[in-house]
Amino acid sequence: MSVTTVLPDDTETKAAPARRSAILGGSARLALGLLLPLALALGWEAAVATGFASGRLLPPPSRIAAALWTLAASGELWTHVEATLIRVGLGFAFGAGAGILAGALTATLPTLRWLVDPSLQALRAVPSLAWVPLFILWFGILETPKVALIAVGVFFPVYIGVAGAIASVDRKLVEVGRIFRLSRVALARRILLPAVLPATLTALRTGLGLGFLFVVAAELMGASEGLGYLLLDGQQFSKPDQILTAIISFAVVGKAADAGLVALTSPLVRWQDTARETL
Amino acid sequence: MLSIQSLSKTYADGTRALEGIDLDVPNAEIVALIGGSGCGKTTLLRLIAGLDRPSAGQIALDGEPITGPHPGVGLVFQEPRLLPWLTVAENVGFGIDHLPRRERRERVAHALERVGLAEQAGRWPRELSGGQQQRVSIARAFVANPRVLLLDEPFSALDAFTRKDLHRHLLALWEEVRPTVLIVTHDVAEAVALADRAIVMRPRPGRLDDTVALPMRRPRDPAAPTSEAATRNILAALDHSLRPRDASRAPELAGGSSF
Repeated sequence: MSVTTVLPDDTETKAAPARRSAILGGSARLALGLLLPLALALGWEAAVATGFASGRLLPPPSRIAAALWTLAASGELWTHVEATLIRVGLGFAFGAGAGILAGALTATLPTLRWLVDPSLQALRAVPSLAWVPLFILWFGILETPKVALIAVGVFFPVYIGVAGAIASVDRKLVEVGRIFRLSRVALARRILLPAVLPATLTALRTGLGLGFLFVVAAELMGASEGLGYLLLDGQQFSKPDQILTAIISFAVVGKAADAGLVALTSPLVRWQDTARETL
Repeated sequence: MLSIQSLSKTYADGTRALEGIDLDVPNAEIVALIGGSGCGKTTLLRLIAGLDRPSAGQIALDGEPITGPHPGVGLVFQEPRLLPWLTVAENVGFGIDHLPRRERRERVAHALERVGLAEQAGRWPRELSGGQQQRVSIARAFVANPRVLLLDEPFSALDAFTRKDLHRHLLALWEEVRPTVLIVTHDVAEAVALADRAIVMRPRPGRLDDTVALPMRRPRDPAAPTSEAATRNILAALDHSLRPRDASRAPELAGGSSF
């Protein structure tokens, strides 16, 4: 109806945050980012406290915090976090190791690439969760099928990432190695390896993220401990506060694992001319 | 002596990049290869560097045939091609990894001093300007003490002022090691500033067309009458090389000797 009044309004709301973000420093921007979740949390807390909502299916923050505290104080939470981390760690180690090995071999040996890459690509097209029933038949229901599932999930992004990184190494830099008559081994160590490192680390981060995705799936399919078990248990016994506790734990553990990986590997790619530190 | 005999290169797609190249370069001579694009200048350098194999003909360095990258032959590419994960000093020392650590460090420090980058030794390549990066790549080629140094339009991406500065650095390094130098360029002033002779090339297929002797003493003044005369001679030869020509007629001379 009133197009003329809407338009100026619209431009004003667009311009205002842009102007403000230029003025605000980093900490102020962080505070601004926290504003929305905090407001929602407090609003929900107030709504439940005043009896406006029951909070039975979505407990208020205080009850989630209490559940978190209880689980942490009893040591139960740590048992679950530990179980999950061991599974992700083992699965990631096997999957990433195999992915790096397979990627490096297929990218450097054309015959091997023609032999195995089509099969690997076909296997990649299979949703990893489709392996679950088979893994249970093969490996039983204990740790092995869980680690295997995570390893499969981690393998493919690492394989694709490493193979792609090696295939796209700058021919011009390889020629520098040839001019100085580097042997094949020296060429791999002094030029190929450092050149593929950044892309490999990115692939490992993707792989680690997928590792956490698949650990949930693995633990949902039957486990007696682990954060995924905590989720399932919360659902079966109708404890939404426990489910949210597990979700928050996943967020914290996943972020911490990723930050750890970045902290461990960033000295290796210090030379990079990128905005990596802003990621 | 670098000697090239009836060298030809035909690429897999049938392009005849070079045909019947004969060239002898005595030790410590600086030769400029000049010509329009597509006349095989870069191909010729890559063959001498051993990065590509010729379709026919031979290249020999002091009687020793060149069939692949040779320890006596260094190459400076058109782009600096520094390894981004190595510091400036590590880049310069890249090709002398086999030497003992102490000697390596001394040679690198000396070469960096020579190209005026001693203070940048610990920096990353990305922190340097284009001209500084190219100086690092020249230093990298020089520390290996090559008998033949090939330069493939090494200064073409730089501004005139930086280029002049790099000519000075190049000649200073050359004075010290005195390698045979083949420099590909499309800049006549560069040939006149550096070379003992300029060889003009002709495209389709790439051939050596004409030679202009540049016997002036160094350092050279580009405004001196001898330099101006040499520039005119090269320009005339270049102009001549681009004109289609009757194959049966002997090539005319535009100064200097012909092949």
